Amino acid sequence: MRKGSKKGKSRRGRERVIRCIFFGVALASIATLGLIALFLFVEGLPVLGKVSVTDFVFGKFWYPTDEPPDFGIFPLIMGSVCVTAVSSVISIPLGVMTALYLAECASARVREWVKPIVELLASLPSVVIGFFGMVIVAPFLQEILNIPTGLNLFNASLMLAFMSIPTICSLSEDAIFSVPAELKEASLALGATHWETIARVILPASISGISTAVILGMSRAMGETMVVLMVAGGAAKIPTSLFDPVRPMPASIAAEMAEAPFRGDHYYALFAIAIVLFLFTLAFNLVAEYISNKYRQVGAATL
Amino acid sequence: MNRMKHKNGVRVRRKVIQGAMFGIFKICAAANGIALAIMLYFLVSRGWRAISWTFLTQPPIDSMTKGGILPCIVGTLCLSIGAIAVALPIGVASAIYLHEYAHPGRILRLIRLGINNLAGVPSVVFGLFGLAFFVVYLDMGVSILAGALTLGALTLPVIIGSTEEALRAVPDTYREASLGLGATKWQTIYRVVLPTALPGILTGTILGISRAAGETAPIMFTAAVFFTPSLPTSIFDEIMALPYYIYVLATAGTDIEATRPLQYGTALVLIALVLGLNLIAIIYRSRLRRGR
Repeated sequence: MRKGSKKGKSRRGRERVIRCIFFGVALASIATLGLIALFLFVEGLPVLGKVSVTDFVFGKFWYPTDEPPDFGIFPLIMGSVCVTAVSSVISIPLGVMTALYLAECASARVREWVKPIVELLASLPSVVIGFFGMVIVAPFLQEILNIPTGLNLFNASLMLAFMSIPTICSLSEDAIFSVPAELKEASLALGATHWETIARVILPASISGISTAVILGMSRAMGETMVVLMVAGGAAKIPTSLFDPVRPMPASIAAEMAEAPFRGDHYYALFAIAIVLFLFTLAFNLVAEYISNKYRQVGAATL
Repeated sequence: MNRMKHKNGVRVRRKVIQGAMFGIFKICAAANGIALAIMLYFLVSRGWRAISWTFLTQPPIDSMTKGGILPCIVGTLCLSIGAIAVALPIGVASAIYLHEYAHPGRILRLIRLGINNLAGVPSVVFGLFGLAFFVVYLDMGVSILAGALTLGALTLPVIIGSTEEALRAVPDTYREASLGLGATKWQTIYRVVLPTALPGILTGTILGISRAAGETAPIMFTAAVFFTPSLPTSIFDEIMALPYYIYVLATAGTDIEATRPLQYGTALVLIALVLGLNLIAIIYRSRLRRGR
């Protein structure tokens, strides 16, 4: 009896230790995120000794290697914002409608084929998409539109759209699937057609999930590096037309980091751009999180 | 009579609208397939001629215009396997904590928030983090180790997500049966839950490897160089990698037009590797689901 209880005690002790180990490991993600933020700030903030926050964020000229250098990243921010905006104009309708097709219209057989295609599209390496945009799409655009360069805002947005469609599509599909069946059945029983049910019942019921999907898709487009590095054209100017070359933030970081002198002003400035980029995507993710928590669909009763 | 006709007209119109909308949905879905097909068509039709035994088994010669890409293939394999060696244990353990141990509450929400935000960090930011933390602060230099750790941090959310999904698919009755027989929680997880979830975890692992193999920006400043004369001998060596090689050849090579066939060939090898791994994972998973 005594032996048994002793054994029970040691068993319980071991269980507690194991639980603690798992808890510790589970904190690794937060720790990594914290380290990322810490090191970006440590390496990025020294640039503020050279240029004020407002001059940095709203300065219109990015000539980091000139003498004296100009560290104004407004054109880069505008490049990122424009590329993200134009790509979402393409990717949101395509992604959401593909999700509707998969969740509502397609037969099980068709779905079995289309879903893997979307997943494969998601898995394409960004450098390959960038390469494709550079060697195939750019000359094609240049020829048919008769523009000076095919490496521009539009081309980059098009490539980015096909990178964010899978994100938007699969998350939207989950949201559409989670709409309670009785809502759909009630609408159909009242005589609405399937399309009317989708437009008036299913979409409103899943709109929070779809918004989350859209925001995460846009966040992915904004942070994507290789595509904008290879396809966007690289001119640090505020774009005035759809076919202007641009230089979004990730492209600037990736292109200049190798040449920036270690711990020089340029190096610090590039880390500071990464802070801005990090904050942008963090904001996107937090908004998505907030929407999906606040408007979570728990059942028919919450509508 | 008239009213009936009117009613019929409305019904027809509603049907037509529905048909039109469903047609648009179908076109949108098809657009994904068409985009994938166009991309694969151009890469395969222009790349397959570059693929040969020499191309796959020789290092590049004559300032990258001839020879093969063996060091890049080796490098990419080293980096992605290294990344998964880092991310798999941490990711699986995190998922076990989240799904088996944690109670809903503030801490769980915080951890989930961390994972979701880590998944959203841009790849180039991972690259800078790897440069500042692994390469400089921990003094690893530009090396396989630094690159693998950076890629590991990037694949961590992928592994956690797929492992959690695999754990969710294990029926609670299994756990209850094991606990009912007097097993402790850890014994239940180790002997019952994990073996049942293993195929799902394996799928996630394959997806994680393919994700790591295709990333460029995180290894740009941490591991990859355009050219090294020899294959790596230790984890502290710099390394060539397929994605970075494509990028440099296509944008900054000595003679961009002359190396075009090599660029297509390298892109094709990378795509074959990544899509192949993904196809294996997709087919394996659909088999699993059908088996259930």
